[in-house]
Amino acid sequence: MKKIEVRDLDLFYGEVQALKKINLDVEPNSVLALIGPSGCGKSTFIRTLNRMNDLIEGVKISGTVLLDGKDIYKEVDVIELRKKVGMVFQKPNPFPMTVYDNVAYGPRIHGIRDKRTLNEIVEKSLKAAALWDEVKDRLHHSALSLSGGQQQRLCIARTLAVEPEVILMDEPTSALDPISTMKIEELIEELKKKYTIIIVTHNMQQAGRVSDYTAFFLNGELVEWGPTDQVFYNPKDKRTEDYITGRFG
Amino acid sequence: MDKRYEVARKRQDMLGKVIVFSSAVLLIVLVISLFYFVASKGLSTFIVNKIPLKEFLFSAEWRPDREVPQVGALPFIVGSVLVSIFAILISAPLGVSSAIFMVEISKKMGQKILQPAIEIFVGIPSVVYGWLGLSVLVPFISKHFGGLGFSLLAGILVLAIMTLPTITSVSADTIRSLPVEIREASYALGATRWQTIRHVLIPAAKPGILTAIILGLARAFGEALAVQMVIGNRPVIPKSFLEPMSTITSIITMEMGNTVMGTAWNNALWSLALLLLIISFFFIILIRLVGRRGMYR
Repeated sequence: MKKIEVRDLDLFYGEVQALKKINLDVEPNSVLALIGPSGCGKSTFIRTLNRMNDLIEGVKISGTVLLDGKDIYKEVDVIELRKKVGMVFQKPNPFPMTVYDNVAYGPRIHGIRDKRTLNEIVEKSLKAAALWDEVKDRLHHSALSLSGGQQQRLCIARTLAVEPEVILMDEPTSALDPISTMKIEELIEELKKKYTIIIVTHNMQQAGRVSDYTAFFLNGELVEWGPTDQVFYNPKDKRTEDYITGRFG
Repeated sequence: MDKRYEVARKRQDMLGKVIVFSSAVLLIVLVISLFYFVASKGLSTFIVNKIPLKEFLFSAEWRPDREVPQVGALPFIVGSVLVSIFAILISAPLGVSSAIFMVEISKKMGQKILQPAIEIFVGIPSVVYGWLGLSVLVPFISKHFGGLGFSLLAGILVLAIMTLPTITSVSADTIRSLPVEIREASYALGATRWQTIRHVLIPAAKPGILTAIILGLARAFGEALAVQMVIGNRPVIPKSFLEPMSTITSIITMEMGNTVMGTAWNNALWSLALLLLIISFFFIILIRLVGRRGMYR
């Protein structure tokens, strides 16, 4: 069974159509990379999957998005949806609180109060985000004192703490240096064993390195998608080939 | 041609520097001389009239017109503190809540109705607030709670209304300036709007909100006219909310016209002015300290 099925998804910002008839499936425990030039709709698309576009005024959506066969716009409560579909943003955005409180935030708002349970979740999540060794002595320091790469891994840990099934990553390494980027990519490799990951990236090499599937967006259209090797080495569409070989974008 | 241009430019440059520098010097000289004047007048109560500082600060006997003047300022100090603190206890929660409402809950209504309303509120002269208090609030209190109506309670309510716009607008600015990314992070974890406000936005905006409250408190402490019009101006420590009382500011405005320069009475009023000045310095320092601490970058 597919983890996510997208059928005929249209999205309008007011009068402007930002997504046109998107049809796409996501396999469980796989990494799907969304590539395409700026403004092609890939970030808009990823935000339809956890309904972050709900927060923007004037957005109209039609079509269906199924998560485990259920329509997330009709059959699933938005809070429940966002628990299942976590998100990591482009710019590291830790809360202005301690490292510990950042990770414990999600579990706390979902009703976990027990100190020992929280401690376990925080440790587990930070370990899963490969950050534990670097911050275990600084759990009660401000998260803003961490480096950019550490902050981004903290945001990943914070997402993992609510035990999602799908993790959306919106250009998670675009604000990071090469070493931090490498760490996050290694992490994605590790995380895919337990989670389904959808990552927006500007960086073709990154898409090639981390993903099992690749989807190419252009001007709000999904031009082509399939296994990464196929999209990269044997694209069906001329536009995909042009983009991948660096003729534009 | 080029040379002349060069000279003109240098002259302009010089002129600009002179104007800016002399304005800055003038400002500093003004502040220092103001403080010096108030201090020299205010301290003569203790130096010239030989009234002990202890009596001034801790005695409740205010009889400055006697042969041996008694200038215990305790009722006014207590009065100012009571009226300001209680006013802020009312206006701070209201102000912070309306700030949250206009920034996070109903942006449209906030921008179209609340924001202009608050700007009008700030612009209303204090005498209007005082007069409204005098003609609406005072009779209301007298009718429903007894007493004359001129009371601590009337002062508190007038000041609560007057400090509300300050607290609301400064808090709203702070909350508005928080990065949208931390809101998104919270929503993406499945938080509700209320959880986001309570557990992310308010803590992140705390230094700014505290600054807003201290600014409101400073305004309440320094307000003279509106308060004086509704509190009854009796130089005693009020025993209930319904009793008339005085504040540091109200006693100065009430009595300054009746005194002769250089008398103990006049000097005692200057001492009160000095006390106000010191308290406002204290508020400024407090705002600086709070504002510096943990501001979200």
